[in-house]
Amino acid sequence: MIVSPILFFVVCAFLLLFAAFGMARIALGPTAADRVVALDTINTLVVAVMIVLGAAYDQVVFVDVAIIYALVSFVGTLYIARYLEGGL
Amino acid sequence: MRFLIYVLVGIGIAANGLGAFSLLRFPDVYTRLHGATKCTTFGSIFTTLGVIVYGFARGGPAYQTLAVHALIALVALLITNPTGSHAIARAAYRSGVKPKGAVVDRLEERR
Repeated sequence: MIVSPILFFVVCAFLLLFAAFGMARIALGPTAADRVVALDTINTLVVAVMIVLGAAYDQVVFVDVAIIYALVSFVGTLYIARYLEGGL
Repeated sequence: MRFLIYVLVGIGIAANGLGAFSLLRFPDVYTRLHGATKCTTFGSIFTTLGVIVYGFARGGPAYQTLAVHALIALVALLITNPTGSHAIARAAYRSGVKPKGAVVDRLEERR
């Protein structure tokens, strides 16, 4: 036991607090582009939380889910950006 | 080794916090994109590096698998995040959002 799992849970708590900042920007944001920026930030933070939780619970499956979530949220961001350009 | 994990995770939390705070404080889309994307990518790299160091320091096949998969997730994050933010900036410009306080638009004049 090199580091206590409590360290990783504290890191998760901080990252989820920062994701709450992003949710405030989604609620407030004046234009649609602001909301997409906040959504992209929340996606990155959720990937980081999943990787850290995988270390906290010693489960490799969480990290695999994080890889797939990063790729799928990238596709979602590209589709929303394409929609904002007026291409769809 | 424990100290190294603390330092990496601390840098990651600080950079992620600055990025999320810039999302609330900056005035328009492009500055928010600038602050949020760069800082959260940097911070997520460092928290993931903390997990990788933890996995290799614990040793054993299960923890090495954890470290290698975290490395793959880091590569996926590094490829997708800048590309997505570039697409968002391009879409914001095409949808007619101007930077706050801008007086000239050289990109529009060039067409």
